[in-house]
Amino acid sequence: MHNEMKTSFLAKPENVIYARTIAVGFLLNLNLEMGVLNEIKTVISEAVTNAIVHGYGSDPSEWVHLNMKYDDEAIEMEVIDHGIGIEDVEKAKEPLYSTKVDEERAGLGFTIMEVFTDWLDVFSTPGMGTTVKMKKKYYVR
Amino acid sequence: MAIRRNTLYIRLNGELDQASSSGLKVRVSEIVNKYYIRNIILNCQKLNFMDSSGIGFIIGRYSQVKVRKGKIVLCEMNDIVERIFNLSGLKKICQVASCEEEAEGYLEVA
Repeated sequence: MHNEMKTSFLAKPENVIYARTIAVGFLLNLNLEMGVLNEIKTVISEAVTNAIVHGYGSDPSEWVHLNMKYDDEAIEMEVIDHGIGIEDVEKAKEPLYSTKVDEERAGLGFTIMEVFTDWLDVFSTPGMGTTVKMKKKYYVR
Repeated sequence: MAIRRNTLYIRLNGELDQASSSGLKVRVSEIVNKYYIRNIILNCQKLNFMDSSGIGFIIGRYSQVKVRKGKIVLCEMNDIVERIFNLSGLKKICQVASCEEEAEGYLEVA
């Protein structure tokens, strides 16, 4: 079993719900448990929000890309922006760390992504953008 | 939203993410300042989803009421909302109740 999808959307906050919804829709065939679907919904929400708020500084004319694929064992998700990038990825991944302290950000995005997936990697070049790759294993019911 | 004594009742609906929390933040923080709100009860009965933007919203409101020695109590969280809540460490600054009545008990407003 193998399937792939790619989608792009403008970096607007209202598109975060779109990204979550199509991610879940794409995985409907897998008949996943509700808990697993909710975890995927949450990590997509976190990664896409990061791309919009941090990557693009909420510039709604920019594009965010969401790619997903699955095989018999795992689901792979990729969220890409061509925004400012992250200077220090390890620092960014620390729980409660946020560069936007005055904007009521929890600094938990990467922590949630790490807890809810089996594998997470962040590729970032300052000035070029960020790619967040996540992998989640699943079991057929 | 409703106000009783100095407590603001917020009945959250749908999904609390970046888009919905930024609008809510403006409305709630205005009310908190205008009506000298000390405590906030967040009823999550109809909240289906929350991510870290929602956590940020709660932290922001906590810092607003903290200066008045107020409290934030959440009630009727479903499993997925409670998982994010537990993961966030918000337990240290907010209380959790099963229903609004129990939440009021924590605030001693009832």
